[in-house]
Amino acid sequence: MFTAIQILLLAFVIFAISRVYLRLKEKVISTRVAIFWFLIWMAALVGRGVDIIVYISLALLFYLVFRIYVMIEDLRHQITYLVREIALSGSSKNRKNRKKPKK
Amino acid sequence: MKVVIVVPAFNESPVIYNVLKSIPKKINGVSLIDVVVVNDGSSDNTQSEVQRAGFPVINHAINRGLGAAIKTGIAYASAKKADIMVTFDGDGQHEPSDIEKIILPIVQKKADLVIGSRFKKSKNVPLDRFFLNWFANFITLLLYGVVTTDSQSGLRAFSQKALDVVDFKGERMDFSSEILLEAKRNNLKKAEVPIKAIYTEYSRKKGQKNLNAIPTFARFLVRLLR
Repeated sequence: MFTAIQILLLAFVIFAISRVYLRLKEKVISTRVAIFWFLIWMAALVGRGVDIIVYISLALLFYLVFRIYVMIEDLRHQITYLVREIALSGSSKNRKNRKKPKK
Repeated sequence: MKVVIVVPAFNESPVIYNVLKSIPKKINGVSLIDVVVVNDGSSDNTQSEVQRAGFPVINHAINRGLGAAIKTGIAYASAKKADIMVTFDGDGQHEPSDIEKIILPIVQKKADLVIGSRFKKSKNVPLDRFFLNWFANFITLLLYGVVTTDSQSGLRAFSQKALDVVDFKGERMDFSSEILLEAKRNNLKKAEVPIKAIYTEYSRKKGQKNLNAIPTFARFLVRLLR
C-alpha cells in the first residue's frame, strides 16, 4: 500500500506535471523543455528517483547561482561604465555652467 | 612633458582643500601639471571644497569604489594626452614632494609604472598595517607571481604606454594588485620608489579598514577563478 508520504508525492508530481503542461500550452516553454521537466517529475515516482532529483536540483541550483553571480558582476561593471561616461561628459559641462550659474 | 595628477576622493571634505593646495605647481622637467579630482559619489561637500580650492572635479553620480575612480582618472588622462599620470590619495597620507620622486623614473625612461612604496624604508608604520600589507604582498606574490614591497600603495605613476595598456576589472581595493599583474602581462618596466606615509588619525580612519582585507581577498580569489 501507499504510505502517506508517497500519496503526497504523487499529488505533488501530478500538480507539477499539470503546470508543465499548462505552460507548454501557453507556449511559455518549448516542447523540449517540457519533456525535460516531465521526465524529471516522472523520475520522482520511480524507486530512488527522488534522490536523483535532489542531486540534479543541487547541481542546477549551484549552476544558477553561479550564473547570477556572473550576471551581477557584469551589471556592476556596466553601471560603473555608465557612471564614468556620465562623469566624464559632465565635467566639461560643469565648467561651463560655473560661469553662468542657473537660478 | 605633461603630467595629470588624479586625486580620488570619497567623503574627504575635512582635508581635501589642504591636500590639493599642497600639491606642487611646478616640478622640474614638467611643463604642465593638471590636477583633477575624481569625486566618487561623496555625500559630504567634497565637491564644493575642491571647487573652493579651484580645481576641476569629475563627479561619479554614485560611489563605485577606488578602482573605478582610478580608471575614470586613466580615461581622463588619456583624453588629455598626458605623458604621465600620477595617482595621489585625497586623504593626505602622501607627502606632496614625493610626486617628483615617483615620476623621475618615467621622465628618465627607466620605467613605465612606478609604485611609491611606504614600506621600503619602513618607519613609523603601525604594526597592524605592516602585517596586513605583508599579507597582501604575499598573496600578490602567490597568486600573480609579482614581487612587491607595497601592493596597496595609493601613490603611483603611469607612463603614457602604461595608460594605454593597463586595464583592470577590480572596482574596489582589489584593483591595486591587478595593476601589478597587468604591468607584468604587458611587460611594462616596474619600479618602486620609497615614499613617506603620513599616518594621521584621520587617514587611518579613512583608509582601508583592517577587516576590509577579508572581503577584498575573497573578491580577489573569485575573480582569479572565474
